[in-house]
Amino acid sequence: MSSVKQNFETPSRFKTWSLALMGVGAVSLIIGYILYGNVDNGTRFWSSVLQNSVYFLLVVNAAMFFFAATTLAWGGWQISFRRVTEAIAACVIPIGAITFIILMALVFGHKSNIYEWLNPELVAKDAVLKGKSGFLSPTFFIVWTTLTIGLWMFLGWKLRKISREIDDTPLSVEEGKKYIYKNTVWAATYIFWFALTVASVTPWLWLMSINAHWFSTMYSWYTFASSFVAGVALITLFVIYLKNLGYLEYTNDEHLHDLGKFQFAFSIFWTYLWFAQFMLIWYANISEETIYFKTRFEGPYAGLFYFNLVINFLAPLLIYMTRTAKRNYAIVTFMSVALLFGHWIDFFQMVFGSTMKDHVPMNIFDFGVAAGFVGLIMWNAARVLSKYPLIPMNHPFLKESVIHHT
Amino acid sequence: MSIKKFVVGGFTDEQVLFSAVKKVRSSGYKIHDVYTPMPIHGLDKVMGLRETSLHTAGFIYGITGTTTALSGIGWIFTSDWPLNFGGKPHFSLPAWIPITFELTVLFSAVGMVMTFCYLCQLAPFVKKHHFHPRSTDDLFVMVLECTAKNNETEMSSFLGSLGAIEISVQEAEADWWFGRYDKDSKPFEKKSASLA
Repeated sequence: MSSVKQNFETPSRFKTWSLALMGVGAVSLIIGYILYGNVDNGTRFWSSVLQNSVYFLLVVNAAMFFFAATTLAWGGWQISFRRVTEAIAACVIPIGAITFIILMALVFGHKSNIYEWLNPELVAKDAVLKGKSGFLSPTFFIVWTTLTIGLWMFLGWKLRKISREIDDTPLSVEEGKKYIYKNTVWAATYIFWFALTVASVTPWLWLMSINAHWFSTMYSWYTFASSFVAGVALITLFVIYLKNLGYLEYTNDEHLHDLGKFQFAFSIFWTYLWFAQFMLIWYANISEETIYFKTRFEGPYAGLFYFNLVINFLAPLLIYMTRTAKRNYAIVTFMSVALLFGHWIDFFQMVFGSTMKDHVPMNIFDFGVAAGFVGLIMWNAARVLSKYPLIPMNHPFLKESVIHHT
Repeated sequence: MSIKKFVVGGFTDEQVLFSAVKKVRSSGYKIHDVYTPMPIHGLDKVMGLRETSLHTAGFIYGITGTTTALSGIGWIFTSDWPLNFGGKPHFSLPAWIPITFELTVLFSAVGMVMTFCYLCQLAPFVKKHHFHPRSTDDLFVMVLECTAKNNETEMSSFLGSLGAIEISVQEAEADWWFGRYDKDSKPFEKKSASLA
């Protein structure tokens, strides 16, 4: 046990890269604001900022969900790399703050070109929007967004704090039982709130309300599946990076295999929701529902629409199918990057397919903003990783993780 | 059909079994199989079994199902018996996806179950020799195959030194056969194994 490396030291190149990426993000934001900020009420600028912040917030929050779900299921296998999950989940705090500022800026800036329900004159004339005004109103939006992000931050922080509590104190069997019970209660609270937010109301509010007339009850599940695949991919990338540096001695092919399985399974789950949402609307062919797919299925977004399906469904299905592929570090790294990018594209068409229907405006600005968020995640995760021991040595389930076998 | 001579030993502890398998393999004796009441993680690796090809077979069955569904529905709804469903085009792929999915799952599931049964030599009316009745209850049973060069007494005492209990030497049919247990419970008793 003494040979295990517990203190992560951020390599200086990693630090430089993360700071450089954050710099790229900041520069992109400034240049983007100068170029697009005042054109057409800033639709281009605010769409990109909204897409990136919500996507990366949901991705890092998916890491928190992974943490809570495995805790709740008494999944011992992931203890050996749990600190990585925690470090990524800690990014909910900075990215949550950024997203909160952006969403508030949209509401208080009356960006009715993004959220048309922000325009009171339009709502007064529109029977559908009037009917939804209890839900799609600035008051509800602000209250729910504050609660969502605030409770994600608080419950995540609490769970991570409980996890670190036992770093210096070995537990007896009785204390271990109590500790697991305490974990279970807090994880269940988090999952409950997660179900009310990511799995139902929040994506309706943040993303689906861009098409204020259109609705799909599956939308939140779809968003959840998308962000969860990307979240597991992000965890996997960090695990592989730390393994390459010689850390996480207890994490081996078996754990990588299970992470690959998670990516594979939830890619299929994403496809199931994607197709279920699409096919019902296609089959019923009711114009108020098909409006959402009009620009995506046959409009200018058709290319992204099919690319989305290839990179997020066909690629993981065919590449991740075999056992050997899920145990190969190169393939898993490649697929994790591909899936993170693929679901970023998915969020891109979710937002831009509704705000800018005439053409696909993707250019280096979007990638610049994304790079900023990637840099922020890298920087913050590395900071949290180096602060605490890398392996929770006193966790009652640690042995289960060490002898884990698939 | 081949009757062979086997040395059979039982183990009550997993750890003992694992080290015994390793020692038997390094000593050069041939392990016919290890029968356990429940799946044991890692035993296949220790025994040096190659990875199963069952999933490759499953993939092939799966794409057979996909092809069957797509070509079948495609032919029926576009040329054999075109019907108008709510004004949709005759060739409407999204509507076919659920059936295609179902047939893919059905073909791969049924195909894999049947392949699995074949690989495990399980089928209706087919019998296999049971080396030890407790292998389905509470005993890990290791079966070594005697070749012409082996001496079964030496093998038995070797197994005993590894911690095996209830060691026996059996002449038995190695493969499956059609028959009934009640009529031919000892169908090969009178035939003598030709080991010379």
